[in-house]
Amino acid sequence: MSIRNQACIAGIYEHPTRNAKDISLAALHGDVIAGALADAGLGKDDVDGFFCDSDAPGLGALSMLDYLGLSVRHVEASESGGATYLSQVAHAAEAIAAGKMKVAVISMAGRPRADAAAGGVAPRPFPPSTPDLQFELPYGAELVNEYALAAMRHMHDFGTTAEQLAWVKVAASHHAQHNPHAMLPKVVTVEEVLGSPMIADPLHRMDCCIVSDGGGAIVVVSPDIAAGLKRPVVKVLGHGEAVKHQNGGRIDLTFSAAAFSGADAFAEAGIVPSDIDYASIYDSFTITVITQLEDLGFCAKGQGGRFVADGGLISGVGRLPVNTDGGGLCNNHPGYRGGMTKIIEAVRQLRGEAAPQVQVKDCRLALAQAMGGSLGTRHAAATLILERH
Amino acid sequence: MTDRLGDRIPAAPEPTVETVGYWQAADSHRLMIGRCRTCGEAHFYPRARCPRCLSADTVLEQAEGAGTVYSYSIMRRAKVPYAIAYVTLSEGPTMMTNIVGCAADDIRIGMPVSVVFVESDGGHRVPMFEPAVIVAE
Ligand SMILES: [Zn+2]
Repeated sequence: MSIRNQACIAGIYEHPTRNAKDISLAALHGDVIAGALADAGLGKDDVDGFFCDSDAPGLGALSMLDYLGLSVRHVEASESGGATYLSQVAHAAEAIAAGKMKVAVISMAGRPRADAAAGGVAPRPFPPSTPDLQFELPYGAELVNEYALAAMRHMHDFGTTAEQLAWVKVAASHHAQHNPHAMLPKVVTVEEVLGSPMIADPLHRMDCCIVSDGGGAIVVVSPDIAAGLKRPVVKVLGHGEAVKHQNGGRIDLTFSAAAFSGADAFAEAGIVPSDIDYASIYDSFTITVITQLEDLGFCAKGQGGRFVADGGLISGVGRLPVNTDGGGLCNNHPGYRGGMTKIIEAVRQLRGEAAPQVQVKDCRLALAQAMGGSLGTRHAAATLILERH
Repeated sequence: MTDRLGDRIPAAPEPTVETVGYWQAADSHRLMIGRCRTCGEAHFYPRARCPRCLSADTVLEQAEGAGTVYSYSIMRRAKVPYAIAYVTLSEGPTMMTNIVGCAADDIRIGMPVSVVFVESDGGHRVPMFEPAVIVAE
């Protein structure tokens, strides 16, 4: 069985806030769920499936279902970091195809800025019993220097340059200027990226995504529900998910799990990368985009730097329009998790509802790609291929 | 950045019952890897079950302590900048570590390195690597 054409995305909502100091985590979830349902033209009582990640308050989904008064017959609280929501769209499609539910809500929210401002110390992500951490934390391993390890090796093996990395940020900033909600709406140049402080060689501050509060939600419905809705819906065509890790010490940082998730998604959708009109590519760091573009087959391995250079990702002028909302580098990266906004902008593009300056003409096929965890140690990747109905 | 790396005191490792032998060996200046007695393959980090064949017949084996830099990055957003790295050991596995005992600018991918054991913040010693001594010609 395939999920191809078995489910549709009928509603999306991205929270407009980037600083939620006056909004609780539960209320953020409530805001985005109500927003996505309203966008779909559906109500609370239509929902019979619920999906969230491990950052949702309470045990799994229980507290959120209680808080919102939702009654569902299919629940998934799963975790693959920023890639979670792309997998959940596919898992929702699977459950819909199996007849387990008809209307699923996928919700994510986070408020790391508000939590930090309130004096909270950033929580340690995992307990010491996590088997790998004792071999990493003594070395000062953080997300940024782990991704930097991958970037450094990419530069060494393929001649990728700091300028090429910078072009990913430059393209995001060109898009963000047209997004009234973007946290960093100012256009920047390659020189400005290279002139920003070095954080972890070769990654400058502007090679790194923002930290923001907020969240988003998606409504996934069965085709028969979709047929009765007024708003344009988007079909789920293909999906793949994969995990790549240190493999007992056989480490190759030059590719990501997107190599596997992308191949599966394209095979299920029955299309090839050159068919894609728009792509949302998770941009935790600039290297994240270059590596995934290669792994998805938009260019050959090692050619990602050349692919993104000279405005390659800028809508209307480049080779492939990528992250037209400004991405995690400029627009929004709620709760350190990028996947939700990646799906949302892909749906906007397919509906023709992106900002007019960045809307892809006759956008029919879109890809959303996300990664959760660390490119430098272990991560999950998920790919979604979506089609305009 | 020409300062010598290595003034940073690493956080103390937090062993489990499974890994305390690895860290005790580090205290006595021995670097250990995992070896599976069923399939014969080496792995890192050492663990109770082989990540190649799932055998529980794994042992700690002393590594030579020599390797080459697979990749590295200098962390500048820190009180004392430090170099995180992956080093590929002569036995095969690649491990995360820090490069110390040289200037940040002197680190290169492919550079030969050898292990040293650095005192941590109140816990076991931590294996790190410094440039291998070059024998004068
Ligand atoms: Zn084995």
